[in-house]
Amino acid sequence: MAGDRITKALLFISSLTILLLSAGIILSLAGGAVPAFKEYGIGFITSTKWNPTAGSEEYGAMSFIAGTVITSILALIICIPMAFSTSLFIAEYYRGTRTAGILRSLVDLLAGIPSIVYGFWGFYALRPLLVSTGLTDQGFGIFTASLVLAIMIVPYATSLSAEIISMVPSELKEAAYSLGATRREVIFHVVIPSARSGIIASFILALGRALGETMAVTMLIGNANIMPRGLFAPGNTMASVIANQFGEADGLKMSALIAIGLLLFLITALVNALGKMIIKRFA
Amino acid sequence: MNDTPDSEHVLTIKELSIAYEPGRYAVNDVSAAIRRNSITAIMGPSGCGKSTLLRAMNRMHELYPNIETKGDILLDGQSIFSMSVIELRRKVGMVFQRPNPFPNMTIYENVVAGFSLNDIRMKKSQRDDIVEEALRNVALWDEVKESLYRKGTFLSGGQQQRLCVARAIAFNPEVLLLDEPTSALDPVATSKIEDLLGELKKKYTLVLVTHNMSQAARISDDSMFMYLGELVESGRTEILFTNPKDSRTEAYLTGKFG
Amino acid sequence: MKKELSDNIGRRNRANGWFRSLVIAGSVITIIPIFLIVGNLAVKGYRQINLAFFTEPAPDTFQAMMAASSGEIIPGGIANGLTGSLLMVLMASLIAVPLGLMTGIYIYENSTRRYAAFIRSLTEILQGVPSIILGIIAYLWIVKNITRGYSALAGSVSLTIMMLPLIIRSTEETMRMIPVTIREAAFALGTPYYKMIYKILIPVSFSGLATGILLALSRILGETAPLMLTALGSPAISLDITRPVSAVPLLIWDFYNDPNMVNLVWSASLFLMAFVLSMNLLARSVASKHKYI
Repeated sequence: MAGDRITKALLFISSLTILLLSAGIILSLAGGAVPAFKEYGIGFITSTKWNPTAGSEEYGAMSFIAGTVITSILALIICIPMAFSTSLFIAEYYRGTRTAGILRSLVDLLAGIPSIVYGFWGFYALRPLLVSTGLTDQGFGIFTASLVLAIMIVPYATSLSAEIISMVPSELKEAAYSLGATRREVIFHVVIPSARSGIIASFILALGRALGETMAVTMLIGNANIMPRGLFAPGNTMASVIANQFGEADGLKMSALIAIGLLLFLITALVNALGKMIIKRFA
Repeated sequence: MNDTPDSEHVLTIKELSIAYEPGRYAVNDVSAAIRRNSITAIMGPSGCGKSTLLRAMNRMHELYPNIETKGDILLDGQSIFSMSVIELRRKVGMVFQRPNPFPNMTIYENVVAGFSLNDIRMKKSQRDDIVEEALRNVALWDEVKESLYRKGTFLSGGQQQRLCVARAIAFNPEVLLLDEPTSALDPVATSKIEDLLGELKKKYTLVLVTHNMSQAARISDDSMFMYLGELVESGRTEILFTNPKDSRTEAYLTGKFG
Repeated sequence: MKKELSDNIGRRNRANGWFRSLVIAGSVITIIPIFLIVGNLAVKGYRQINLAFFTEPAPDTFQAMMAASSGEIIPGGIANGLTGSLLMVLMASLIAVPLGLMTGIYIYENSTRRYAAFIRSLTEILQGVPSIILGIIAYLWIVKNITRGYSALAGSVSLTIMMLPLIIRSTEETMRMIPVTIREAAFALGTPYYKMIYKILIPVSFSGLATGILLALSRILGETAPLMLTALGSPAISLDITRPVSAVPLLIWDFYNDPNMVNLVWSASLFLMAFVLSMNLLARSVASKHKYI
């Protein structure tokens, strides 16, 4: 039938847009990055210099790569105990109860709050709190950004981990209980070993989110285009340097920012692909 | 132990009622006694409460939230609800409907899982002895002695179930609860398990939930028939099967329901 | 051995209790921020929310300074941001929803084919692309080449690219829950392919699709980073898609950078959060109410 063929053709054509879009994104980023890589070669990635002064321009991505990786990993470290206990609460201790349902909805709400609201809240509410601890003068820096990032990625890690923990067959847990194991022992000897790879994957995917997060980090990290020198020192991430400097950039500087975008794209794609791969093998 | 007044019975169930939600009883006012070194079969149509009753005997039913339990179960004269669950489950082991060896453990580790889960450390030689003895007791030793360090999940269904029995008896419990242990197995594996149960009763007391009447008739010494949460009738298997007192038991045995 | 067991029961029960308390404490700590954020924003933000907040564009910094110094409510509101957000989100949805639905249906219908699996993987990668990168892309494609300047069109293109994978994935996942027999029953009655799609597939999965669309909308409504590189922001209400426009999150960013506007940021943040969260809750209630597949 003609109608059938037209429908199928339409569906196929719409699928092509994904193909074109993906190719377009990679080509545009790569194309835009060419001048920067031509100028500095592979040294662009390893250099920590960032000097936009006309005449002595010099651009390198390493400070931002370091800033991104450090804040994201720190955020992940803060996130792990929170997400892990919340997912055990939801999928093990209070499984199927109203309490678990309420907790799950509250955690989901965290995922709904826009990044810029997190940034603003972090700036006006969390930062003064950190300053009052005396650990930091200004409250800006790697740690503040990581703390807010951690809160932002908790819901992603929690919902996936909880789903995976609830998939552990109850027969296995019962077998361990029938042998006299306590709940903690069942969790550590049965639940975690069975769900290990899935839980790891959910944290990798949460890391993938942290890597690309922009606004909240921009508002809290201090925006210093240098290698971070400590937990409370300012720094900058790949996403936030783009957000901060793209507007006034042209020529080589714009190319350098696009190149950083390309690197960020590759890093997040790699981390996400790794997480997805582990999840698929788990399921 | 022989000086207790009721040395013939390991388990005594006294007016036991269990509700999963208030007012809805899965087990209703059941009283019964389980004889030492015998096989007791609990029968009845699905939903009659037989699994719940069995699970109550090592308090596995408490894993469900909001469960309500009334009455008592005595193990050698002591209330199981006054014991620590850990201690109780050590004395009353369990085998489940579907074979459930721990997939992250080897055959060897599965047999001694009870010890590792209970944080009981011992010498390697001691462990080796326990593994061999338990596997010999379930007639699995000759089949797996070459592959003790492979994952238990590579075994056939029947072998997995015997491994699970070995895991339960490695602990040397007094009572072994079996919740339809052959319902997921083929006839050959089933008959091997049934033979095994006949051997095991020399050392342990077995309580078996089954909806397979011929299985109950073949291997059990005592039978209990449950219907809608109530214990309708119990007694020696040959008497209950040939001369049931209650019309509901008779109806069940003649295939009128279930 | 028996003695050893009774020796360790107390220790193990204590460890069990400790761990349980730890889990509960960790869960409580996890949800504290949500109360802090909602509470902070509500307490500090409610004062500025009045009729003018929705009908008037953002004030200039001088007006705000005067109001702030005399302790009054800052005049003006976020009308320019609201119209900009609505304009861009509407344009993005008009393209992303139908295109996403069709692509999702394509992947579902051809799930055994290599090509469809490849498209699905690409969609997953697209979904993981940080939004700021989509800002760069829309800048390179639209701002540089088509509108020759920051524009609402560029903003909505970046939002479209963001929305598309979300719609595709939710469409495919919803449809995968439809029992195959329903499809087969339709074909057995001689239903043409396109009719099967819009008379069976889409109606049966409607609540799932609606949830997916609402969740995607709530995601892009709060998005800021790509708009900074594309729509830029504008002090006036504008509906010209070739010119810069503002958006609620962009206004928050502008207010945030202006010390006189602090009070207005609280209100704008409160509004944005409330709007996005209610959309989120609406999506979830649609999903839970109509679970017939």
